[in-house]
Amino acid sequence: MSSVTITRAEHRRSERRRSEHNRAGWLFSMPFLVIYALFLVGPVLVGLVVSFFNTATVAPGLGEWVGLDNYAEVLGSGEFWASMWHSTLFTLLTTPLLVVLPLIAAMLAARVTRNQWFFRLAFFAPYVVPSSIVCLIFAFMYTPETGLISHAFGWVGLTAPDFLGSVNGAWFSVVMLTVWWTFGFNFILYLAAIMDIPEDVYEAAALDGTSPLQQMRHLTIPMVRSTISLVVLLQVLASLKVFDQIYLLLQGGPDKATRPAIEYIYDTGFTSYRGGYAASATMVYFLALVLVAVIWALLRRGRKVAE
Amino acid sequence: MTGSPTRRDFLRLSSGLVVAGLASGCASPVVSSLTGSQPATADVIFWHLFSGGDGANMATMVEDVQASAGISVESTLLSWGNPYYTKLALAASSGRPPDVAVAHLSRLPLLAEAGLLETVEEAGLTAAGVTRDRFTPAAWSKATVGGATYAVPLDTHPFVMFYNRTLAKRAGLLDGDGRLRQLAGRDEFVGAISAMKEVGGDFGAVASNTADPSTTWRFFLTLYSGLAGSILEDQGTRITLDRDAAEETFALMRELTVGKKLMPHSATITTASTLFGQGRVGFLFDGVWQIPTYSGVTLPSGDPLAFDVVPFPAILGEEPRSYADSHALVVPRSDGRSSEGSRQAVAFIKGLLEDSATWAGGGHVPAWLPTQESEEFTSKQPQSNYVRAAFEAVYDPPGWYTGAGSDFQNSMGGVISRVLAGQVEPAAAVGDMISALKTYATAKPPVG
Repeated sequence: MSSVTITRAEHRRSERRRSEHNRAGWLFSMPFLVIYALFLVGPVLVGLVVSFFNTATVAPGLGEWVGLDNYAEVLGSGEFWASMWHSTLFTLLTTPLLVVLPLIAAMLAARVTRNQWFFRLAFFAPYVVPSSIVCLIFAFMYTPETGLISHAFGWVGLTAPDFLGSVNGAWFSVVMLTVWWTFGFNFILYLAAIMDIPEDVYEAAALDGTSPLQQMRHLTIPMVRSTISLVVLLQVLASLKVFDQIYLLLQGGPDKATRPAIEYIYDTGFTSYRGGYAASATMVYFLALVLVAVIWALLRRGRKVAE
Repeated sequence: MTGSPTRRDFLRLSSGLVVAGLASGCASPVVSSLTGSQPATADVIFWHLFSGGDGANMATMVEDVQASAGISVESTLLSWGNPYYTKLALAASSGRPPDVAVAHLSRLPLLAEAGLLETVEEAGLTAAGVTRDRFTPAAWSKATVGGATYAVPLDTHPFVMFYNRTLAKRAGLLDGDGRLRQLAGRDEFVGAISAMKEVGGDFGAVASNTADPSTTWRFFLTLYSGLAGSILEDQGTRITLDRDAAEETFALMRELTVGKKLMPHSATITTASTLFGQGRVGFLFDGVWQIPTYSGVTLPSGDPLAFDVVPFPAILGEEPRSYADSHALVVPRSDGRSSEGSRQAVAFIKGLLEDSATWAGGGHVPAWLPTQESEEFTSKQPQSNYVRAAFEAVYDPPGWYTGAGSDFQNSMGGVISRVLAGQVEPAAAVGDMISALKTYATAKPPVG
């Protein structure tokens, strides 16, 4: 309605104001954009170029032009696909645990009325410990024959599983470590969302005679749904990026059975100095991550349309 | 004009300070990194990768050489392994390398082939008396790539047998002099470990074989080399692994762990140091660099841990063999280095060689024969016990992808770990090893 009454001059003025706002916006984001271009877009482009050459990490220059040879080798490499599967498997194993368990913990912690700070701290504390320290401590506890956890099995008359030397044991130990270590981040996200739910909603529900369990199911979970979907996305991306704990705890072993894609790239690029080859593996992995993000976006759009 | 400075005065003053700072600061790291020159902070810029006991010994040696040769040395410690080699290679290929650097001989072929190093001859070391006849032959020959020598070996550090003297005595394994009886052949070797198990408790021996591919690889190559030659030829492009010898080696390893349960089938470096350090196993198979770890260790009973170190006997095959590697000193190629700088680099390297008895404190055998034969070294125990191992040394096979901490060692070690853990039969493991080797042998080398 109002647009009809706007005069031509007013319209021009508001256009100008908008472009001024735009300019200010761009100026304010400049520092970020420059850094983004220098340290993210730049290296990605360099990586793309390098992936077509037999570049050595130890020698100057790009090396010999090999065209798509690197890509052909990456796509035909059993070791590469095995490492892709390991990253995927890690994501499949950790994401459900790290989406569901922190939500339950946050709902319980939110119901606690006294000394709530203690529960927040207790759940969040491991997250601030650096991965190297976490891995050192867990490696100590998982040590075959002499480690604390291995020993504890002996106290109750059981033989400890081979936490570091067998494939199943290695997956189990690295997933447990990760859940304990990164639990706190999702927990805090959930807790913040739960705290945002107005008190009177619960009061009304209580007046209607709902049990705490019903409140959680029918109030809390629906009201933090957007946070849950954020946590799922962040968790999938974080899990797909796994490198440090597997590298530090297991070196990708036993016999590369847990080596994730990023370690494969690191091994070929920095240990074997095949920079060009590693760059093409990076591009394939990058594409896979973009694909995950796109599928995610499409699924969400589909759901929104359905709603 | 008032007494307080105006804004203009302030600007003039501060811009003057900036210009003065730039003019006087030619040697500052900021300016030199902007102009692309190596900051001239000392006569010799030295990079190494030693921390712990080795780091302390190296610091002592650097100080000794500075005092005796009258040169200043800036010594930089970088983190061990791949980060070190990546930095060294990148610094050298971008024309800003240190004057002298440490490198493992097993990692030398690639650095040499990439053209990043001066030969011993070019660096002026030959003229200073650093010549072939004054080094352990195995080390010198490993320092030679394609006919030219690129590194000055500082030591040989072999894979050896540690034994607990108290347990060995109880097991009846000592000779008249109180030293470990000379063992020969597979049966005596297995018998000795069994005897240790009987007096020691849970196990007779331990080696770090879980999440530690390098150690399992050293163990394998020590045993395998008694039976057959190199597993790779032609700079790593041709696989020459002897299937039967590899299978026999795997069979022995498997017998020790899951077969006879003489060694834990799963053991990390922590398991090994706990079991051996607390006197709970008789033998430990590890590198000589672990000697400082166990020196001065007290047992739970309060007594000191009495241990000794000997080279591996001939176990499979006639001749004893020991897996080994060497730390060496290299001079990276640099256009910016003056002739005076080169002279000082030579003096520094020579000084470190002459001081290498200090270096032997870390368990290493000096490669420089004048030191190796000196009273100062021969009186060192247990170091002087295993000098022989430096002469029987078997290094990583030459190739662009082999060497200390390489992906190749991870692959080989991974297969061997599964044999030790009983997850794969020896014959199948040979197939796994060959297929892992093929990945490297057929890959396109980044240099060469």
